[in-house]
Amino acid sequence: MEIDPFIFRLSIFILSIFIGYYVVWSVTPSLHTPLMSVTNAISSVIIVGAIIAGLAGNSDSIFNTSSVFGFLAISLAAINIFGGFLVTQRMLAMYKKKKKDK
Amino acid sequence: MLSANLSAIFYLISGILFILALRGLSSPETSRRGNFFGISGMIIAITVTFLSIGNFSTGIVVVLIFLLIGGLIGAFIAYKIPMTAMPELVAGFHSLVGLAAVFVAISAFLNPAAFNLGVPGNIYLGSLIEMSIGAAVGAITFSGSIIAFLKLQGIMSGSPIIFKGQHPLNALILISIIIITYMLCSTQSGHLFWILLAVSFLIGFLLIIPIGGADMPVVISMLNSYSGWAAAGIGFTLENTALIITGALVGSSGAILSYIMCKGMNRSFFNVILGGFGATEQSKGNQNKEQRPVKSGNADDAAFLMKNASSVIIVPGYGMAVAQAQHALREMVDTLKKNDIKVSYAIHPVAGRMPGHMNVLLAEANVPYDEVFELEEINNDFANADVAFVIGANDVTNPVAKTDPQSPIYGMPVLDVEKCKSVLFVKRSLSPGYAGIDNDLFYKENTLMLFADAKKMTEDITKNL
Repeated sequence: MEIDPFIFRLSIFILSIFIGYYVVWSVTPSLHTPLMSVTNAISSVIIVGAIIAGLAGNSDSIFNTSSVFGFLAISLAAINIFGGFLVTQRMLAMYKKKKKDK
Repeated sequence: MLSANLSAIFYLISGILFILALRGLSSPETSRRGNFFGISGMIIAITVTFLSIGNFSTGIVVVLIFLLIGGLIGAFIAYKIPMTAMPELVAGFHSLVGLAAVFVAISAFLNPAAFNLGVPGNIYLGSLIEMSIGAAVGAITFSGSIIAFLKLQGIMSGSPIIFKGQHPLNALILISIIIITYMLCSTQSGHLFWILLAVSFLIGFLLIIPIGGADMPVVISMLNSYSGWAAAGIGFTLENTALIITGALVGSSGAILSYIMCKGMNRSFFNVILGGFGATEQSKGNQNKEQRPVKSGNADDAAFLMKNASSVIIVPGYGMAVAQAQHALREMVDTLKKNDIKVSYAIHPVAGRMPGHMNVLLAEANVPYDEVFELEEINNDFANADVAFVIGANDVTNPVAKTDPQSPIYGMPVLDVEKCKSVLFVKRSLSPGYAGIDNDLFYKENTLMLFADAKKMTEDITKNL
């Protein structure tokens, strides 16, 4: 008997929820804002779907309805990817330790 | 062209890099490396997608142009945004993830062949269910985040919007979403797909309008979680491991943050989501107690008290963010430290408008993070401190939460500010905080009220030190 590939993806999904659970509890509360901005950035990996959608059109008609939605999604996700990672970087650069001279 | 197996392995690698990105946030020292892992994961995922399609036609130019446009906008926002606007920014970003998920779902519905999901009108049942879930959750995330953004930005009033029959209406809409999804899957009708999207947009909007401004930490975390589930839904549709892993990570991350925020207010998640906290309690708080005596002082008095203290604990709240007082505050603290006064910061979990809001602002003002403490770490120190300097916080210091079982905030963990020898309370007026209740702390013998704008008062104190 064959196992449906869906079950494998479901297993990955559920195990990832557990990983997420333990990893996020280990995040220090002072970094909760960068946590939100970085999760924002990484959830924009949805851009891979958008790219597939955008490139799905054949060479005569790059712009059909389906691919236009893909193109728009690419831009939206790209705003999030660049914005999310850069703003996280900016925030994290501000977290400094007490200077050693004291 | 990359084989499907090889690209799946690369997607797995980028998923692992995302896990490491979150793991890095366990301490500020490792966090920057974590962010680097996140960026690498994203680059791998995008590159692999291009290689696996292997269709370098004119379409790719268009894709790159759209990618570049989005990237430039994103980078511009990231550099320009002031740190005080972080809650709005995050809400705005959530809405974009939601909308992107909706667009990808629409695209997959219109052209399923491109994703190997069947043909229009005959999409595989499993894919259609996953697609519908992704689209519906994405739409809810989008419209909910837009409302949260408008409320945080102040374009829309932060007070809850409540009308009669709200909860039955929402319940009805949620049930109709399930029914529409079911019908969509059995008929494959395009109309039903658009109706599903419209109804989901509507429910996202209706779910967030009754929630008040100070509950935004829960709302933002919740929408964070939704954006993750939407991504995971699309990940199942596209059979993409990176998306499934990421979706699960983000989904559970947001859920944990909402839990932490709810616990910080001692309220159940449903209590917050059903909304109306501030509005229902407002009338109760204003009834009596108006005539109680209050000691108020000026910057001179405050400076005198602090100069003679040996330790000071600072309690920042949303008011500090509004007044942009974090830099002035740090200058005051620098002066105090020069006089050998020990200063630490106490942060309540729900201080501000999003998780960790105060920490970011203090970090921006160059406050070293090892001087900033969470509620549990510092609460016992108030008894030994000389001065508590409350700047822009209110409900989170209210001793009523410990003493009065009738109070709406009873049981909420609060900072034991009243145990300090003296309390300096910077506030513009005696008006109650978000919960709509009077703060007993105002009338305590050892409390000195400083009625002024937080930034101006802090600057004046520094001058007098």
